Amino acid sequence: MRRLLIPALILPVACACAGAAEARQAGTTINLVAYSTPKPVMQKLISRFGHTSAGTGVSFSQSYGPSGSQARAIAAGQPASIAFLSTGLDIDTLADAGVVAKNWNKAPYGGIAADSVVAFVVRAGNPKHIHGWSDLVKPSVQVVTPNPFSSGSAKWNVLAAYGAARKSGMSDHKALQFVTKLFKHVVSQDTSGSNAANTFFSGKGDVLITYESEAYSALATGNKGELVVPKPTMLIELPMVALKDAPSAAKAFITYAHAPKQQAIFAANGYRPVVKSVLERQNLASWAKKYKTGPTFNIRDRLFGGWLKANRVWFDPNTGRMVGIERAVGGG
Amino acid sequence: MEASGAAARASRLRPRETARAGGRASTAVSVGIISTFLTVIVVLPIAALVWESKQSGAHAFWQAVSNPLAVAALKLTFGAAFIVVLINGTLGTATAWVLVRDNFRGKSLVNAVIDLPFALPTIVAGLTLLALYGPRSPVGIHVAYTRTAIVLALCFVTLPFVVRTVQPVLLELDTEMEEAARSLGARQTAVFRRIVLPNLLPGILSGAVLALARALGEIGSLVLLAGNIPGHTQVASVYILNEIESGNSAGAAAVAVVLLGASFVLLLAVGALRFFVTRYERA
Repeated sequence: MRRLLIPALILPVACACAGAAEARQAGTTINLVAYSTPKPVMQKLISRFGHTSAGTGVSFSQSYGPSGSQARAIAAGQPASIAFLSTGLDIDTLADAGVVAKNWNKAPYGGIAADSVVAFVVRAGNPKHIHGWSDLVKPSVQVVTPNPFSSGSAKWNVLAAYGAARKSGMSDHKALQFVTKLFKHVVSQDTSGSNAANTFFSGKGDVLITYESEAYSALATGNKGELVVPKPTMLIELPMVALKDAPSAAKAFITYAHAPKQQAIFAANGYRPVVKSVLERQNLASWAKKYKTGPTFNIRDRLFGGWLKANRVWFDPNTGRMVGIERAVGGG
Repeated sequence: MEASGAAARASRLRPRETARAGGRASTAVSVGIISTFLTVIVVLPIAALVWESKQSGAHAFWQAVSNPLAVAALKLTFGAAFIVVLINGTLGTATAWVLVRDNFRGKSLVNAVIDLPFALPTIVAGLTLLALYGPRSPVGIHVAYTRTAIVLALCFVTLPFVVRTVQPVLLELDTEMEEAARSLGARQTAVFRRIVLPNLLPGILSGAVLALARALGEIGSLVLLAGNIPGHTQVASVYILNEIESGNSAGAAAVAVVLLGASFVLLLAVGALRFFVTRYERA
């Protein structure tokens, strides 16, 4: 029924349009497959896109879910025009499956739509005085983070902990010991970022390791807690790419998402914009201040060497460093 | 041709034999349908699972299943399932007893409540139990993220099995047998042990098998409640989920095959036990 309805609605609009471009776009459907949290932002962007000349007559079908599952679904054949996922690693999964160009990160802004950083959420008033990474391994501190084997978001957390330890001057060995010690403080290794948030906000643990953007959206929906951004921390880059066989409107939408106005929407919803100049806007002054949190390092740092290498070294299910850490935790 | 020949032969047979021949033919058809159905619905997916687990070779299979965290997850799963079966085998039977033999106000309400765990999506059951047993427990029970929580969640989702398999047996059970025993001087415990229990045992075992199978495979109610610490509170199903999510589907299938194989042996064992306790009924 809906399939019939949408062309029926679009057709008169298309006929009314004099421009040939609009007529060509009529009836185009963009399948957006995204990870869970950016839903409110994406819905704003989509409704605004509909009022632009490029977006006229373009309808969207939207799917939101855990990033890794979404990537696997697309690789297995779920129709998708745009993938907006929470790690570049999941886009690499799509590139391996041949549905996304291998050089996806050569697109404008490196294929990244918005940034965030690895952050902590602590209990209101920060009763355990958690300000940085080393505070997580103080006696009696209970940490909640998802399991990095089931949740892409937890991979950022693990690498952030290691990277911060290295940046503080620790050797590779010492930093690895630090991450192991940290995981001995983890009281719940949930299967996904949203399950971990659920665990923390239902009262378990003293600190949740998460994305800054996830923290803002969780706190905005009435959950009680405080955001702490450790120094240094890891920059999280959120890729939005068009699939190989996507209609041209998909690329137009991604370009649209990088325009200053749309970047300002990201900025006002807890995401760090990739177009930094928008933070100079008057109405974003308070957000600009919030995003000034200190030094960050990213996945291309020498410590990691990009996602493919970092994933092999850390998260190979048989030989990864994290396997050793989990065994040390499980046996201890 | 063949059908008409069979019909001609059948017409020459006496009525009793006609019935038997017809019975045999319909048996063959129904066995055919059932085995096709079972093959498509059950056997093929399991064969695919075993196939997947063998994909990366015997060495990789062994490596996957001998991983200490996989072993710990399997041990925890079977241990918890056993405890749950013991608890629900006993208390589920008692519940069925009360529902059949006793009369009290609100009995039909209690009877309806029994099936609720079936109606609830298990992830919702997990959320509910987390609210009840979690750090903000309104009743002061703080067992979430422990092995106790795993057992409680499994008890919750498997309770209806034993109650619902024992209930009809109890309804059928003639109280005259018990009265006769009592009139002959048997004490209540002897009546229960020698008359009631032997009659109920096949039903209890059937319920126990269903509860066991369900407990071994349960995931929804545990992902939120168990804490999933590898080696401590991570059950086999969550371990398998993690392997799948990290792209190691052969490893996941290997552990799943062990879980499935062990379950199959256990189900066969309970089936044999059931065969043993019903030996007089067949005689």
